[in-house]
Amino acid sequence: MKLIKDRAKARSYREFLYILPFLAIVALFAYYPLYGWFYAFFDYKPPFPLTWEKFVGLKWFQTMVSNKVRINQLLEVMRNTFAISGLSLAFSWFPMVFAVFLNEIKARTYKRFVQTVTTLPNFISWVLVYSIAFSVFSSTGAVNTVAMNLGLIQEPQIFLASPDHVWFKMWLWLTWKNAGWAAIMYIAAISGIDEEMITAAKIDGASRMKIIWHITLPSLLPTYFVIVMLNLANFLTNGMEQFYVFQNAFNKDYIQVLDLYVYNLAMGNGGYSLSVAVSMFKSIISVILLCVTNGVSKLVRGQGFI
Amino acid sequence: MELHISTEKPKTTKLKMKYGIGDRLISIVTYVVYALFSFVCIYPFYYIFINSISANDLSDKGKVLFWPLGIHFSNYANVLKIPDLFNALTVSVERTVIGTALTVLFAAFLGYMFTRESLWHRKFWYRFVIATMYFNAGIIPWYITMKNLGLTNNFWGYIWPVVIQPFYIVLCKTFVESTPKELQEAAEIDGAGTLKIFFRVILPIVKPILATIAIFAAVAQWNSFQDTLLLVTDNKLFTLQFVLYQYINQASSLKGLINNASGTVNIAASLAKAQTATSIRMTVTVLVVTPIILVYPIFQRFFVKGIMIGAVKG
Repeated sequence: MKLIKDRAKARSYREFLYILPFLAIVALFAYYPLYGWFYAFFDYKPPFPLTWEKFVGLKWFQTMVSNKVRINQLLEVMRNTFAISGLSLAFSWFPMVFAVFLNEIKARTYKRFVQTVTTLPNFISWVLVYSIAFSVFSSTGAVNTVAMNLGLIQEPQIFLASPDHVWFKMWLWLTWKNAGWAAIMYIAAISGIDEEMITAAKIDGASRMKIIWHITLPSLLPTYFVIVMLNLANFLTNGMEQFYVFQNAFNKDYIQVLDLYVYNLAMGNGGYSLSVAVSMFKSIISVILLCVTNGVSKLVRGQGFI
Repeated sequence: MELHISTEKPKTTKLKMKYGIGDRLISIVTYVVYALFSFVCIYPFYYIFINSISANDLSDKGKVLFWPLGIHFSNYANVLKIPDLFNALTVSVERTVIGTALTVLFAAFLGYMFTRESLWHRKFWYRFVIATMYFNAGIIPWYITMKNLGLTNNFWGYIWPVVIQPFYIVLCKTFVESTPKELQEAAEIDGAGTLKIFFRVILPIVKPILATIAIFAAVAQWNSFQDTLLLVTDNKLFTLQFVLYQYINQASSLKGLINNASGTVNIAASLAKAQTATSIRMTVTVLVVTPIILVYPIFQRFFVKGIMIGAVKG
């Protein structure tokens, strides 16, 4: 009996040894960097190592709001973050509606084609999106050429190097890239709707709009609710890649979101420590948002999403 | 109502076709709107492609809109003559192949190991890995870590930080759990150890989900831009995405370089083939996007399946 027990134990440890190298990788690349948050409390200037003499306490958190310029900058960054995240949130129903009406198309080949084509942009990088934007919207690009040929405009319009409607444009690119992909989840949910319910409604003489309104949409609401909660939890996180590639001297005041600000601070005049302080401040609010939305989700659906 | 159905059977079969005017209108509007949306999604790709094979003086002036004019393929040969670009192509292919292979293998192995009841503190270690989905130290701490580990300006800096993806591990674990336990038990009775079971029994049955993961991982590796931006200053390690980004911003200085190198003597005759900022940009864009477009339709069914499994789990 003891022999069997020992054997089981030996195997238990041996299996742990097999996964140990992988756990080490996780520890090294996901947990170990967390110590870098200490830099927010020091006056860190690379390449000199960190020493206790450089300890500055909460100085950098105060610096964030120390003078008018910094405050204005932070307010501007928050305004951009809220505007862009707010737009995404306000239009978060779009992929759902996209899926619902796509489902109304009866020609299967056409439906397939639309789905394939609209999902494709999700798989290209932001650099490629930028390259496409540059090509299509440059002064000799397709949009300007066609508009001038049609006589809609006299002069080529400048789309990318301009401070106008930046938030809306960023939302458009995001939608162009993601809407088709985001719709897949709803399409899967629609295919799970009980056919009999729809047939019954048809027999009762319900029009298509009525079926959509009373059957399809209500059965998608739980999925949509999760998406909204995730959107809220990630409200401060826009990622930096999209805004990094699209940023230029003209749109800088409107495009700098929190994630990009953290990067620009570190690479520019702000220094590492201030950048880490800003990113820490963001992380703390994000964690609170995640807990709150998860709590709301538990209250409403009876289960969270973490 | 029920009586109505049972007495007039033919009518119920016809119901499908019987749409009111409102419903027909919806149909038409739906078709048109989706056609427009599809056009907006696909036309830019087509536009860039036809420009890359058109006469360069025409493409530079924006004359090429719907079909190629003065077709020639010399742009591709010329662009690949830029030494940095060819090198970047190699780096991108290498990181995609190596990164994908390791990510897939590790996801399969860990997914399987986390189903082993016998694993020491299995639940704790599983959570230890999965928890990393929900937090992120931020780019600067991450950069400093990478620097301390000697992974800046190092090819492996593209690989090691991303080889363990919790989400893929969840997918694999769910998949392994859905397969009959008897397979593993039978192998165990035959004297197979943990590792042997993985390679002989598990790996062959999880292949479908691994195909899905491989696509995701490969696309992520191919598209990755931020890691080059943060970690790499050595242009021998630049990826195609990074070089493309540079070219978009500096294509005008490059065109001189190429035109000098290819020794365009007869200017009048070669105007159509002399490189312009536009032609370089478009051609490189096509090069970067082509692998995605080639791989995409073949594997579309895989990722639809993948997202369904993920949705069931989440």
